[in-house]
Amino acid sequence: MSEEIIKDVMVGENEDYIINMGPQHPSTHGVLRLEVCLKGETVKYLIPHIGYIHRGIEKMCEADTYQQLIHLTDRMDYLSAHMNNEAVCLCVEDALQVEIPERVKYIRTILDELNRIASHQLWWCAFGMDLGALTSFFYGLRDREHILDIFEESFGSRLLHSFVMPGGLMHDVHPNFQKRTKEFIKYFRKKLPEYDQLLTGNIIFQNRAKGIGYMSRETAIGYGVTGPSGRGSNFACDVRKIAPYGAYDKVQFNEILGTGCDTFARYQVRMAEMWESMNIIEQLIDNIPEGDYTAKMKPIIKLPAGEYFRRVETARGELAVYVVSDGNKTPYRMKFRTPNFSNLFVLNTLASGHKIADLIAISGSLDLVIPDIDR
Amino acid sequence: MNSIIEYFTDLFKGLSSLWAGMRVTGKYFISPGAIVTQQYPENRKTLKMEDRFKGEIIMPHDENNQHACTGCGICEMNCPNGSIEIITDRVPNAEGKLERVIDKHIYHLSMCTFCGLCVKTCPSNALAFGQKFEHAVFDRSKLTKVLNQPGSSLKKEAKK
Repeated sequence: MSEEIIKDVMVGENEDYIINMGPQHPSTHGVLRLEVCLKGETVKYLIPHIGYIHRGIEKMCEADTYQQLIHLTDRMDYLSAHMNNEAVCLCVEDALQVEIPERVKYIRTILDELNRIASHQLWWCAFGMDLGALTSFFYGLRDREHILDIFEESFGSRLLHSFVMPGGLMHDVHPNFQKRTKEFIKYFRKKLPEYDQLLTGNIIFQNRAKGIGYMSRETAIGYGVTGPSGRGSNFACDVRKIAPYGAYDKVQFNEILGTGCDTFARYQVRMAEMWESMNIIEQLIDNIPEGDYTAKMKPIIKLPAGEYFRRVETARGELAVYVVSDGNKTPYRMKFRTPNFSNLFVLNTLASGHKIADLIAISGSLDLVIPDIDR
Repeated sequence: MNSIIEYFTDLFKGLSSLWAGMRVTGKYFISPGAIVTQQYPENRKTLKMEDRFKGEIIMPHDENNQHACTGCGICEMNCPNGSIEIITDRVPNAEGKLERVIDKHIYHLSMCTFCGLCVKTCPSNALAFGQKFEHAVFDRSKLTKVLNQPGSSLKKEAKK
């Protein structure tokens, strides 16, 4: 912001009322402070203040070896921990030019999609709760539990599973993995229509979500809003399609695009993505090739000096990892382009002119995870 | 006139949408078999975690109070958070040579992030994940544990 704009923004008129939404607020999943300027009940502008849970992950990565820093990336976007791990691993594998086994690619892709479903389930229940539908919270968590059980059986942890290692996986998946995943898909195909009956069709929900938070395609591209939030504005930004990684080039799936550009369109994109993720898993789960769970890697990984860049699609958008190596066993510089950081700063444009109660709906539809913003 | 018709169609559409939602919740209300809630503190006797569950790091000892840890320090080196400290000692063995044995394998549970690198990289499989997950204590110092039991010694066949 130039100085003029800051001056313009900071000096409100006399009747303006400035309140702080957060840092502790039930609708911001994490610690985020929004400085909201109100005229009556209407939002004039808002300034996000970030950094409440800044842990310096990028700096901490510089002191860790490439195997050690994997567990830090879990803690950025904790709801898509698996994709975060994979982004770093792809970067390291690129740099070393290791050929990873097919089995690893398949399992990684299945886990990506399972994690995406789990993340969207949590978003769905929290979004419903933000808008006052508490029942949806229990229904979403009930089904998410099934995925977390699969994760727990295979990796031992439910949320922050540092399961992907450079070169492959930490260990092989549990023998029950295929069976339980298939059971879950069968179960969730029956339960997902319930979500629509419960919340999507609900008249109160629709009135609160439709026509709120209009984000044009230009705005989405301008702010770099990716993921389901960007695709709700008809912005085709799915990294799985643009630059396929893992086994995504072997499966048939549609990139879900919404044309409504409002909160409800973003909602519908996420609901449709859950169906699409189940399709992807069904195509892969029966065809997992036999083989090693990891490529042969040296115990101490040293990347050749240079710059490496990889991106993956997390549940919230495009995560890019940029590594600068000087040939040592630790990275010289590590930079994460996290999706939520870009998605947060479009909030001012979306919420200006709407009522303060709609601000909750709009920020909920962007599906913000605050540790990912602060990192 | 049109607006009145619109008003009533909207009203009935709205009511039917609410009814559709209530039908879902009502179905679960009258079928207790669909309840999935675990009564946690009451079911502690029967609660079993998965085999691979990462509860805490333990050092398995056999019936002779012997473990497999040679004190090489690879787990200490691989730990990203410094939650493992190994204090080694040199004692003469049967042939009179000085041999490295662990004095204390200290594990700071409060610093551990359960990444699993120590268990994976241990060359003699001396570490494993335990199933215990109730770690709440009143004093922080209780979270610092010594993994090797007092009086324990190195398993001879584990030595390479």
